[in-house]
Amino acid sequence: MISTGYKKLVVPTIVIIMAIALPFVIKAPYFQHIIIMIFIWATLGTAWNLLGGYAGQVSFGHAAFFGLGAYSAGLLIFHLNVSPWWGLALGPVISMVVAIPIGLVCFRLRGPYFALATLALGEIFRLVFTNWVSLTNGAQGILILNTFSTKIPYYFIAFLIWGISLIIVDRMIKSKLGYYFVSIREDQDAAESLGIPTTRYKMFALLPSAFIAGLVGAFYMNYIAFIDPHVVFSLSDISVMVILVVMMGGVATLLGPSIGAAIYIALSELFRAWLGSANVLAFGIIVCLVILFMPNGIIGELGTLKRLFIRQDKKAMVAGGN
Amino acid sequence: MSFLEVKNIVKNFGGLRAVNDISFTVKQGEILGLIGPNGSGKTTIFNLINGFYPLTSGEIYFQGRRIDGLPPHKICALGIGRTFQVVKPLKRMTVLENVMAGAFLHTTSISKARSKALEVLEFCGLYHRKDMDAKNLTIADRKRLEIARALATEPKLLLLDETAAGLNPKETEEAINIILKIREIGITIIIVEHIMKVIMGISDRILAISFGREIALGTPREVANHPEVIKAYLGEAYA
Repeated sequence: MISTGYKKLVVPTIVIIMAIALPFVIKAPYFQHIIIMIFIWATLGTAWNLLGGYAGQVSFGHAAFFGLGAYSAGLLIFHLNVSPWWGLALGPVISMVVAIPIGLVCFRLRGPYFALATLALGEIFRLVFTNWVSLTNGAQGILILNTFSTKIPYYFIAFLIWGISLIIVDRMIKSKLGYYFVSIREDQDAAESLGIPTTRYKMFALLPSAFIAGLVGAFYMNYIAFIDPHVVFSLSDISVMVILVVMMGGVATLLGPSIGAAIYIALSELFRAWLGSANVLAFGIIVCLVILFMPNGIIGELGTLKRLFIRQDKKAMVAGGN
Repeated sequence: MSFLEVKNIVKNFGGLRAVNDISFTVKQGEILGLIGPNGSGKTTIFNLINGFYPLTSGEIYFQGRRIDGLPPHKICALGIGRTFQVVKPLKRMTVLENVMAGAFLHTTSISKARSKALEVLEFCGLYHRKDMDAKNLTIADRKRLEIARALATEPKLLLLDETAAGLNPKETEEAINIILKIREIGITIIIVEHIMKVIMGISDRILAISFGREIALGTPREVANHPEVIKAYLGEAYA
């Protein structure tokens, strides 16, 4: 029993030690930047996955929460001259507060209708933030000065945010909440008939999801130091892309979004050099292939692959015994 | 105060009156059978009791408390469980997880929900399937899973919607045994069933409906010989 308790901690401990050592091994700022971007996307994917993957409420509007987080940080310094780092506290809260009415409206709809409603909402935020110039500085966006001149502090903050998001999601899905989320995803009517208040539990999935998206959005502002509505509220580059990232890595798996994020960022960096902005196309084709041949994503299919191998091992052992 | 009292319920779907002024009561501990030709409104009555559809008019009382207008999850929490005629397994969950989803109604602890679920699976004869994904079950096992999941919510009244439809004779026999076992542990049952062998054998009373209206209510023998029932099933010539 004790050994299994320790075993559970072995992998996370190794990961943490490696993560701490990484920026001192990989010293090139360019590569450090790539890893930070992977953390950002992994966190955003993890947030989306809680609502879209586990609870099955496919959102096409997660850019709204990401953008709200980013603007919370940006507008603090733009209007009030308050450090944008406070956005890390304010952004998630604002995203969550805004998520409440969004949930109340959209959760009346099911399946594709829910998805379309969130898509429209995401676009509404982009348009409002583009046109409400007195508040947001409009399409000119917000430019701030980076707090740190090296990437290393950002690296650790991004790693921490990613870790926090994983812990939040892991804790939730391993509790009663997780069972309820998946029940709602699998059949809402059956879930209702089992005494599950489906709207309330969808909200319990949405709020942390919005919280995490807002948190990573606020960090994005601090790290990239420039945002405009077309970047952080983008339908194609954020809302849709996060879905592709999660699908690639594995919907409704804890680490799927992170794996998807690593592949997405790595590929777009690889292809950017010789495909220019068509690098997204390359990623799109790969996502198509993954969906065709690994419909549950990379992590989702790992289980079946593993089972396949274990079964073969057993067969081999029996054969050996004979 | 009766256990369940349904008073003059009416349900319109647009211009169609699917349930037309039905009233009945259910006594604690009995099995009430609900029969009628296809499309006569049996499942609609279940959907009205369990809150999936709002009533057009009428009232429903459960243990003295008015329940029409409450959402399905609240009605379940009050102690009315149901199964679905068109089974709704939570496909990408294991059998055990399906039943645990029901058991969580009364607990937040994973281990308590698990032990409750295992107990119910044992009761329904599904224990050996517990680690199987629900999507891989046979229809007979899916029907049992429906019952097990509903039982895990610890209902006082269970609405069974065609739990023996599509089963072979041996499976039907097992289904009947499960239903009788459920009654033995003190759960009141309303059962919709087309297989006369099942419904005639286990019901204390039977309510027969046709085109949303009550045509007969009484013991299985009375209902089976009732001219209106024969007419509804076989046509005018046999009545």
